[in-house]
Amino acid sequence: MTAKQSERAAHADRIGALGARVRFDQVEKQYPGGAANAVDGVSLDIAPGEFVTLLGPSGSGKTTTLMMLAGFETPTAGEIWVDDQAIAAVPPWRRNIGMVFQNYALFPHMTVGENIAFPLKLRGMPRDEVTRRTREALDLVGLPGYEGRYPRQLSGGQQQRIALARALVFNPRVLLMDEPLGALDKQLRERLQLEIKALHDQLGVTIIYVTHDQQEALVMSDRIAVMNLGQIEQIGGPGELYDEPASRFVASFIGESNFLDGRVTGFDDGLGVIEAPGVGMLRAPAHGGCAINSEVALTVRPEKIVFADELNGASANTIDAEIVTVIFVGEMHRYEARLGGGQTIVLKRQHRSGVGRCGRGDRVRLGWHVADGRLV
Amino acid sequence: MATAARAEQARRFERLERLTQRRYLLLLAPAVLFLVIFYGYPVAAMLLRSFNDPAWGFGNFKPLTAARTPIEILGVSLPMNAYLRVIGITLQIAVGTTIATLLLGYPVAYALASMPMSRANLLMIFVLVPFWTSILVRTYAWMALLGTDGIVNEVLMGLRLIDQPATLLNTRGAVYVGMVHILLPFMILPLYAVMRGIDRNLMRAAENLGARPWQVFRSVFLPLSLPGVAAGCLLVFILALGFYITPSLLGGQRDIMISMLIQQQVVQLKWGFASALALVLLVISLIIYLVFVRVLGVQRIFGGGRR
Ligand SMILES: Nc1ncnc2c1ncn2[C@@H]1O[C@H](COP(=O)(O)OP(=O)(O)OP(=O)(O)O)[C@@H](O)[C@H]1O
Ligand SMILES: [Mg+2]
Repeated sequence: MTAKQSERAAHADRIGALGARVRFDQVEKQYPGGAANAVDGVSLDIAPGEFVTLLGPSGSGKTTTLMMLAGFETPTAGEIWVDDQAIAAVPPWRRNIGMVFQNYALFPHMTVGENIAFPLKLRGMPRDEVTRRTREALDLVGLPGYEGRYPRQLSGGQQQRIALARALVFNPRVLLMDEPLGALDKQLRERLQLEIKALHDQLGVTIIYVTHDQQEALVMSDRIAVMNLGQIEQIGGPGELYDEPASRFVASFIGESNFLDGRVTGFDDGLGVIEAPGVGMLRAPAHGGCAINSEVALTVRPEKIVFADELNGASANTIDAEIVTVIFVGEMHRYEARLGGGQTIVLKRQHRSGVGRCGRGDRVRLGWHVADGRLV
Repeated sequence: MATAARAEQARRFERLERLTQRRYLLLLAPAVLFLVIFYGYPVAAMLLRSFNDPAWGFGNFKPLTAARTPIEILGVSLPMNAYLRVIGITLQIAVGTTIATLLLGYPVAYALASMPMSRANLLMIFVLVPFWTSILVRTYAWMALLGTDGIVNEVLMGLRLIDQPATLLNTRGAVYVGMVHILLPFMILPLYAVMRGIDRNLMRAAENLGARPWQVFRSVFLPLSLPGVAAGCLLVFILALGFYITPSLLGGQRDIMISMLIQQQVVQLKWGFASALALVLLVISLIIYLVFVRVLGVQRIFGGGRR
């Protein structure tokens, strides 16, 4: 048991709750009249207390996935489990799963206090305990004394916190959040990201979080499930997704990436060798799926590309290029370079390594370590 | 220097804003002018008559307070305090009609508001079509339906449920049926508008927090639909107060509403008393309106009432 886990267990003993395990087993959802499956065979095993983010472009099925777990949509195939209970037959009001909606869904005709007390009263809690727990929940989200206000009297960020307090006050074992920060400005969003993260550590509740902001997903998650067209393209820790994207979609969706198109000509010591037209032979670690003569792309992150003389001993790819733009982006210079075949790549270099080295129109030699590329 | 320029700019901006606002007032002008000339003036002149026709004073209001004034309406001699009784009947019919339209209209509006937009728009036609037919035509239709040899009686007798035609027409019940039928759209439309505006996520949130469907309805949907209830009730009630054709054609000899009384006086050229009765109707309407506004806030009744 790690320190964090034991701390969570101790806390769970205190508040009588600990995150539940959530399992999606080949879950599908087809809306009536919808041509394709909105969710198409999603399998996902989420550990108790884990923070998992569903990340994907608009329409990729993130909300639908959450709605099936919350009980507002019924899967057309597959099964969802919370701990060891299949929840298909459990109505939404008995699932005990907290949810924060994108537009907060605070009841406009109730005060903040009444909003937060709502789930407690429904559970038949005695009045003084309702009052106490409401106060505790407000303390938890940093808005003590706000009981008497109406939601319309609060700023967006405050409404967000109240929605969070209301979703947590009845100690759900799973908390769902559907783009909870989507409507807030960047600064507030970043602050609340950290606050939610801290709350998660403190409470040990399992959180399933939806966003289409990859930065947010990277900052907050234990694991990220990248969704596309109703399917999970890849699931893994933030670092794993960034460094080892399994598909072109994942590589382009998380962070910035270069893609060099080419054809596989052979394999060499676990590395795939591709020929990129006008560029030459390049090598990169291959994943299982690529066969000789298949069309693939070599993906490499802009910050992994260096000027050739910066390369050290390890085996590297090098290419000739012509700089077409140089942009100063604060801590970095961002270069765009055209390659022989007409493809362009982007590289980012720290100030000192790049300053004055080259400008528009210069011919340079660029390179990257073979291990930093990937065939997708 | 800079501050002076900025102050100048602010002044100019303010002036522009005032001008824009004045321009909006200009848009109101034609309608206001029309109302003042063709509605405001005659109404005022008519109401004035209640005080000065035939002589200045409160003479026209005397019969309302006098304890015993036998009066003949439609050939029937009503007991002593006939006028107040008519006002009472009017209020009673208006209240009954309002409650009945609310009870019938609320579920309809709820169903329409829960449907996908396309289907709701289609079904809305069934609410609106009767709305486009003249009140007179619809009232005659009810007479044909409810008459002694009307369809309802024929069916009931055909089924041998009764062997004598029942008296359906010229009863209080017939008045209610006709008025509820005619006023139902005025209840459904404001209810529907408010219910459409209720965020469905609020209901999902309530369910998610542990509320069963009926608890969701009672603690979230119903309170949020109240502005629609208020608007619908106000509209129906005030329209019902002034109803004339339907109660006079469908009602019995005792179902006399205030507008029928007014008409009686006009026919007898008692303009002053007719005006006094009209003033009473207007005052009742205004009082009810003010009570509604007081209790619920005009903001919440007429739009902008979502939050
Ligand atoms: N009630 C519905 N009826 C029919 N189709 C729906 C319904 N809700 C969603 N869809 C479809 O299902 C697909 C997935 O939708 P979903 O809302 O889950 O996407 P999402 O990933 O949450 O997108 P966003 O980031 O825009 O919120 C979309 O193609 C959408 O058009
Ligand atoms: Mg969504």
